Amino acid sequence: MRLNFLPAYELKNMLQKREISSEDIASQCLKATERLQGKLNAYIYFDKEHMLSQARAADAYLKEICGSFNKKDGKYFDFTGIPVAVKDNICTKDIKTTCASKILSDYVPVYDATVIQRLKSQKYVLSGKLNMDEFAMGSSNENSAFGPVKNPWDTERVPGGSSGGPAAAVAAGLVPCSLGSDTGGSIRQPASLCGVVGLKPTYGLVSRYGLVAFASSLDQIGPITRNVTDSANLLSAICGWDEYDSTSINGGLHDYCQFLYDNIKGLKIGVPQELMSGGVDAAIKESVNGVLKLAESMGAVVEMTSLPSFEYALSVYYIIAPSEASSNLSRFDGVRYGYRNRDATSLRSMYRSTRAEGFGPEVKRRIMIGTYCLSSGYYDAYYEKAQRVRTLIINDFKKAFGKYDVLISPSSPTTAFKIGEKSDDPLSMYMSDICTIPVNLAGLPAISIPSGLSENNLPIGVQIIADTLREDLIFKTAYSLEKAINFNKLPVHLYEQ
Amino acid sequence: MKIISGQEVRHIAKLAELDFSEEELSKITSQLDDILEHVAIITRADTSGAEPTSHTLKISNVFREDKVRQSLAKEDALKNAPERCGDGFLVPKID
Repeated sequence: MRLNFLPAYELKNMLQKREISSEDIASQCLKATERLQGKLNAYIYFDKEHMLSQARAADAYLKEICGSFNKKDGKYFDFTGIPVAVKDNICTKDIKTTCASKILSDYVPVYDATVIQRLKSQKYVLSGKLNMDEFAMGSSNENSAFGPVKNPWDTERVPGGSSGGPAAAVAAGLVPCSLGSDTGGSIRQPASLCGVVGLKPTYGLVSRYGLVAFASSLDQIGPITRNVTDSANLLSAICGWDEYDSTSINGGLHDYCQFLYDNIKGLKIGVPQELMSGGVDAAIKESVNGVLKLAESMGAVVEMTSLPSFEYALSVYYIIAPSEASSNLSRFDGVRYGYRNRDATSLRSMYRSTRAEGFGPEVKRRIMIGTYCLSSGYYDAYYEKAQRVRTLIINDFKKAFGKYDVLISPSSPTTAFKIGEKSDDPLSMYMSDICTIPVNLAGLPAISIPSGLSENNLPIGVQIIADTLREDLIFKTAYSLEKAINFNKLPVHLYEQ
Repeated sequence: MKIISGQEVRHIAKLAELDFSEEELSKITSQLDDILEHVAIITRADTSGAEPTSHTLKISNVFREDKVRQSLAKEDALKNAPERCGDGFLVPKID
C-alpha cells in the first residue's frame, strides 16, 4: 500500500486507529520525493531529518492521547501527523522562504505565517517548501530562479503556475496536500493542468499574514489536494479571523466538512458564455459540457448566461496586479533583508544594481508596467479606470448570483503546454488566466476539480464559482460532481520509468 | 502604434529603481508596448456611474487599543540584514 497516494482523511483515520504511524507516512513521502525530485523539481527545500523528527513528535503526541480519545475534545486534529507541503512564498520560521527569487535566496523568516501557526497547533508535518514562479508571477512555473517544475503527467510540459510546485507535488504523490496562493488563478490553473483539486477561498477568509505580498487586493492562500474532502478539511484548518491581517474577515465559518454531501437537486448553475468562447480548446469545452450534462442528470438546472464585462478582466488584472506589485516589491532594496550587490559604492546605485540582479525578467516587467500605470499623468487612464471597470465586473457577478447558485466554466483555456512554448511571449502567457482572473477581481471563492483527460492524456479542470463566503455551495457542488465524474486517475507511470 | 517610447521606459526604470542594459531596454520597450496596447481596450468600457473599487468586501478600518505590546525583537529584525552596524542597517554612502 502506498501511503503517499492515500487521501489525508484516510491517513487520519488510520493514524487514529494506530494502524500506521506518522513516521510511516513521512518515510513513504520522502521515498517518493527522493525518487522524483530530479525529474519534477517540485521542491525548493526539503530536509529528511527535519521531516522525520516532526513525524516522530506527532507519533509521541498521538501515543500520549491514545485511549483518552473523545470526539469532542478536539485533540485528534485533521492534520496531526499529516505531511503538508507549502509554497515558498509563505513564511516559515527558521526555514528559508525564497519566493523562488534570487533576491530572497537566503532569506530566513523570523516568524511563521498565520496559516503555518494554525497547522503547527494541529501538530502537522511540514514536508518542505515548494517551487513556484518568482514572486507568484507566472502561469507556467518557468519563472523560477531554481529552474522550472515539470508536469507529472508529461515532464516535457509545464505544471501551470504560479503554484506549479504545490500542484505537481500533490499530483505525483510526493505529499497528500499542499498550500498555494492565488492572485489571478495561481492555485486553480496549475491544479487543472496537474489533475488535482485547487481552491481559492473568498478574499479575507484565510489570513495573508506571512504571505509575501504580490498584489494585496487579490492574493489569497488556499489548499491544493487530490480530493474535495481534503480541500474542505485543509481550508477548515487554516481559515478564520486574524488580528495581524486587517483585511481578514471576522465571522466566516470554521467547519467546511459539513457541506460535503452528495445532492445538487434543484441547484441553479449558470455558464458564462464568455468563458466558453473561441479562446478555449474544443476538448476542454467538450469536457466541461460533459460535466454540465452530469449535473443536469443529477437534478441541477443548467443555463447559459452572459457576464459581458469579462471581456475587460484580463486587461484590468494586468493593470491592477502589476501596480500593486510595483508598490509591494519596492521593499526589496538590499537594506533590511535579501540579496545585496556589494560592489555598489552609493545608495541609489546599490538599490538599482541589487534589484536588477535580484529580480528575474517577468518580475521586472511587471514592476515596470505597474510603475508606469501609477506614474504621474497615467494614473487616471490606467489604474483608476481599471478600478472602475473592476466595479463593472463585480456588478456582473452580483447580477449572476441573483439568478444562479454557482457558475461553472473551464479552469484553463488549454491543457498543459510545452516548456518554452510561451516563455518568450508575455501576452500569450497572460491569456492562460482568462478563466480564473475575474474571480480574483471580485474576491470570490472558486474551486478547480479534474473533469477528465484529453486525447493525449493531459488533465482538464472544471471551475465552480460561488458568491462571497458561499464556500458551502462550492463544496456541495464540487463533492457531488467529484463523485459523479469519478476521475480517480494519477500519473503513476512516473514511478514505472 | 507606439504607446511608450524608449525614453519613457528609461524614466520609468529610474522611478522603479531598476537598471537595464541597452539590449534589455529595447526588448522590454517592445514588450511593454504590446502589453499596454492590449490593456488599452478598457478605455472602451462605459464606466459612467461606476465608482473605483477600493475593496471587494464591505469592511472598515480595524482599530485596536493604543497599547504597547510585544513585537519583533531587535536581534530578530536585524537577523537578515546584508550588513549591519551595531543596532542599525549599514548602507553605502547616501548620494
